[in-house]
Amino acid sequence: MTKVEVKVCLGTTCFVMGGSNLQELNEIIPQKYGDKVELSAANCLGLCSINWEYSKAPYVKVNEEVVSEATAEKVLEEIERQLAKQ
Amino acid sequence: MNNLGQAIHIKKEILVRIIKAFLSDDFEHQTRLIPYDMRPKGMEVPYRCCVYKERAIIKDRTIAGLGFPIEEDDERVSLSDYAKQALERTQVSEKNLTVLQTACKGCATNRIYVTDLCQGCVARPCQSTCKFGAISIVNGRSVIDDAKCKKCQMCISACPYKAIVKISVPCEDSCPVGAIKKDETGFASIDYDKCINCGRCTAACPFGAVHERSQIIDILKAMKSDKKVVAMIAPSIMGQFPGNIYQLKTAIINSGFDDVYEVAQGADITANTEAKEFTERMENGQNFMTTSCCAGYNQLIKKHLPEIKPFVSDTKTPLYYTAEIVKKEHPDAITVFVSPCVAKRAEGFENPNVDFVMNYEELGALFVAKKIQILDLEESKYIVESSKQGRNFGYSGGVAESVKKSLKDEDAVKPCIINGLNKDSIKQLKKYATNGVCEGCNLVEVMCCEGGCIGGNATINNQKTAKKLIDNFTQNSEDISKI
Repeated sequence: MTKVEVKVCLGTTCFVMGGSNLQELNEIIPQKYGDKVELSAANCLGLCSINWEYSKAPYVKVNEEVVSEATAEKVLEEIERQLAKQ
Repeated sequence: MNNLGQAIHIKKEILVRIIKAFLSDDFEHQTRLIPYDMRPKGMEVPYRCCVYKERAIIKDRTIAGLGFPIEEDDERVSLSDYAKQALERTQVSEKNLTVLQTACKGCATNRIYVTDLCQGCVARPCQSTCKFGAISIVNGRSVIDDAKCKKCQMCISACPYKAIVKISVPCEDSCPVGAIKKDETGFASIDYDKCINCGRCTAACPFGAVHERSQIIDILKAMKSDKKVVAMIAPSIMGQFPGNIYQLKTAIINSGFDDVYEVAQGADITANTEAKEFTERMENGQNFMTTSCCAGYNQLIKKHLPEIKPFVSDTKTPLYYTAEIVKKEHPDAITVFVSPCVAKRAEGFENPNVDFVMNYEELGALFVAKKIQILDLEESKYIVESSKQGRNFGYSGGVAESVKKSLKDEDAVKPCIINGLNKDSIKQLKKYATNGVCEGCNLVEVMCCEGGCIGGNATINNQKTAKKLIDNFTQNSEDISKI
């Protein structure tokens, strides 16, 4: 089984627009999914610069899916969806 | 930090758009378009009844972002006119908060209410527990007489069915001094004679109806002028942005400032001065002294707690000393304090060495508008490196610790930490002032916000992570005794 990859953007825009709140995922994800999900921080995924879409920040990538206006709940939902696919 | 999710997201987005408009060729026109750009035709209406109301509220939020009071808004004045007025203005106001009555829900009145869950029981513990005779039985069910009810909430805990609830008005509940209340129109309004600018209401309202009046346009104007603009960053800024404070200095300079000073530099002076003052006061037989660096606490003393004044340290705030240094080194510079809270706006207004105040959200919005990636930047050093204790001023316990470490005899200090002003802690302070004693303690550290400045209303990061980031960084900073 391949791991689900979660990349949280730590670029300035995402951090300022609410990404700082996503740090709770650092505790939730290992606890809930163990090594089934790999969480990493990314230095700007470049998503805010496409049409300069800062208003949809913060962004998180779960495998190839982009979660915009990300909250911990939204990210966890997407993880469930990706796990169900496997 | 407030936990208001989308409400705070909208506020930040508006700030970014205002800054972007200012940086464009046509500030006035671009500002007028903000509500339409954020809620374009055909868009699904996210929160309110229709797109028109959404736009009306965004217009009001933009007015606050431009620095004007929404209460005085004449609806016929367009945002382009406000933008023009903001450009022409030469002074900022001392009133720092404004309420958007368009966004205010006019929440149900703060009261105790018996819900349909009331079973009309035989025991009637609610009635027997009420000391004020406010509960009667009508049609076999409990009913509260609001005129008699003192909101003691005894009935709530007495009811075995949990049928009685307290209806909350978040802004009123959050205010430690009763300064924000629903007025005769049913909407919230602020009594500025009582308000201590703590900013709790801005963080408490789930509709985001209380705004700070931003000085961002005044700051951007200063950057465009020939004058040097110097940022003074509060100690609590560490951990509020990605990267370290050296990269942050580069980011602030890239965003338009000419130089950056750490207010922790002034905090070191505050700590040393306060330590000397503490020793003197103890030698003169005073029982205790309170700290004096929190702007919200200083407003509380002035407006509600004058009796504690004799016990309050005369030492100036870290911002005071820092601004004095900056103005001495750069006499013509325009100084901007970068703040975690709205209370410091009041302090900045009263201090002639502080020209403007911007909060962390506004600095963040400036970074977003200018597309600054802090993590990619080189580090810039500060001319003066601050101490570990000075840099720890921003969290609860940090100030008392710095005074302690500045003394030869550290054990002389027995600290009492007031971690957040609320009705109970204000009562406690009143008691200390009246009795002239603080049981078992001699140094009372007062922070208006829970957690200290890292809990300020305009912070970006959550407290726990912010504190961890500060501690990680400052463990390598020099001890105050060596500075």
